[in-house]
Amino acid sequence: MTTGSRAYPGESKWKGLLYLFPAFLIYLLFTFIPIIETFRASFFDWNGFSESRTFIGFGNYIKLFSDPLFLKAISNNLVFILFYSILPILIGLLLSALLSGQPIPGFSFFRTLYFLPQVISMVVVGVVWRWMFNPVSGPINQFLSLVGLDQLRQAWLGSFQYALPAVGSIGTWVQYGFCMVLFLAGIQRIPIEYYEAASLDGANGLKQFVYIIVPGLKSEIGVAMITTMIAALRVFDLIYSTTRGGPGDSTLVTGFLIYRSAILNNRIGYGAAIAMVLTIIILALSFLIRRMMREEQGKEA
Amino acid sequence: MTVHWKRLLPRYLVLTIFMMIVLLPVWGMLMSAFKSDTQIASSPFSLPQTWTLENFQQAWTIGKFNVFFKNSVIVTTAVVISSVFLSTLSGYAFGQLPIPGKNLLFPLMLLGYMVPFEAVIIPLYNWLDVLGLRNTYWALILPQVGLSVSFGTLWMSSFFENTPKELVDAATIDGCNRWQTLWAILWPLARPATTTLVVLIFMWTWNEFLLALVMVQTEAMRTLPVGLAFFQGKYTSNLSLMAAGAIIVALPTVLIYILFQRFFIRGMLGGAIKG
Repeated sequence: MTTGSRAYPGESKWKGLLYLFPAFLIYLLFTFIPIIETFRASFFDWNGFSESRTFIGFGNYIKLFSDPLFLKAISNNLVFILFYSILPILIGLLLSALLSGQPIPGFSFFRTLYFLPQVISMVVVGVVWRWMFNPVSGPINQFLSLVGLDQLRQAWLGSFQYALPAVGSIGTWVQYGFCMVLFLAGIQRIPIEYYEAASLDGANGLKQFVYIIVPGLKSEIGVAMITTMIAALRVFDLIYSTTRGGPGDSTLVTGFLIYRSAILNNRIGYGAAIAMVLTIIILALSFLIRRMMREEQGKEA
Repeated sequence: MTVHWKRLLPRYLVLTIFMMIVLLPVWGMLMSAFKSDTQIASSPFSLPQTWTLENFQQAWTIGKFNVFFKNSVIVTTAVVISSVFLSTLSGYAFGQLPIPGKNLLFPLMLLGYMVPFEAVIIPLYNWLDVLGLRNTYWALILPQVGLSVSFGTLWMSSFFENTPKELVDAATIDGCNRWQTLWAILWPLARPATTTLVVLIFMWTWNEFLLALVMVQTEAMRTLPVGLAFFQGKYTSNLSLMAAGAIIVALPTVLIYILFQRFFIRGMLGGAIKG
């Protein structure tokens, strides 16, 4: 029960609204009403400056799902989920399993560095990795030559085949430290007796991982899934500063397509429809994972 | 003890390998920024033979990073101060005061925390254009405050909900009104929650890209991330100059992160869980 929710004697019950009002007004004007307006705009055909906007109902949405560009962007976002979310979670789980069991002196030093990519601007990350992937002077190709694997050298970001996984792997680089820190914090809650009991029953490392660590980290895995999947669906800054969707449209993602349609090409209604689809996917996904987490917690209780 | 260290050693090894993967690209960039461009090609990760600050000077003046830096500081300061202040008031309202229609208003604000910027950017672009506000600080500040107060309200209200009832009652008995209770009694207690909110909003605003890219029309109004993106297009071949630019953009967030990392990590893990 909260401490508040009661008016003081003689106090107006509207006083709370007074405190809420300034924040709410700015939120309303610059976030909430624009969301509603995006929703409305998605039912019109409009170029942004002409007087006439034509109501076309679900026209934009129908066009969307037969537009190869949109389908390409969505499928690239799914590939990004693999790199931004699934791989970092797996790496994070494995690392935290390897590190569990006893406290590690000096761990906070490592934690600081593992978390570092989270605080750096994604444009900076893009600049750094464009250099790493540079076909001529980039450290990755230089390293391949050094170990005698010249045939593996690629124009990573300029290649139709490799640009998408190359940009995706930058996401893995950004996210795995976050997942690991999250999981290691959670692993400390798993009672040490569980491992001991499992060892007595002859459960080896792999079995302990599957039956103790993964179930014990359910809520952390849920949190990691929500944040990293949303990052994968929203990826924009990184694409802008590495490939701008290219070569061709091989790294085109939904966020970039919204920017291109609505801002660069003035197809406001169409861009708004894409933005709505993206928003609905993100809301549905966070709702779904949150519900799964709540059900799990309900079972445990 | 020996057994202890034998068990620890492989863990340190794993930790170090994955730390190197995180660190190497950043390290290479940092070293490049202090080298002349000709030095880089041979060994990108080595320490510079001769340290030079010339890249920073060039990026700062010729690259106009002094202008971008000033813009970023103005926008970020305005967003952080106003968002944290307004979120404290609204979080206090939700956490401590009776709010008519709370069951409607609270989820309404939660929505803003969950929707992406993409969902608001198109109408904002049009409206601010019509109002003639597009290429101004207002266009960079107001929408960012709108999104920040959404998270900030949730964050602060969960703090105020959990403040001890006795404390608030005692303040009331002493004759404090709502305003005095907030600032004299609760605000000092809220310092950790407030610090977390400050560093998170600072980081989000400093690194914000899409809004600034869409709203800014002239070089003189660019913030650091947008400035760096355009700079990259212009000086692609000069790595050491670009590295210096990238360091200028990243340094403030990295410094604040190192100083306040407890708050950062708690906020980012906690913020994710709460939402």
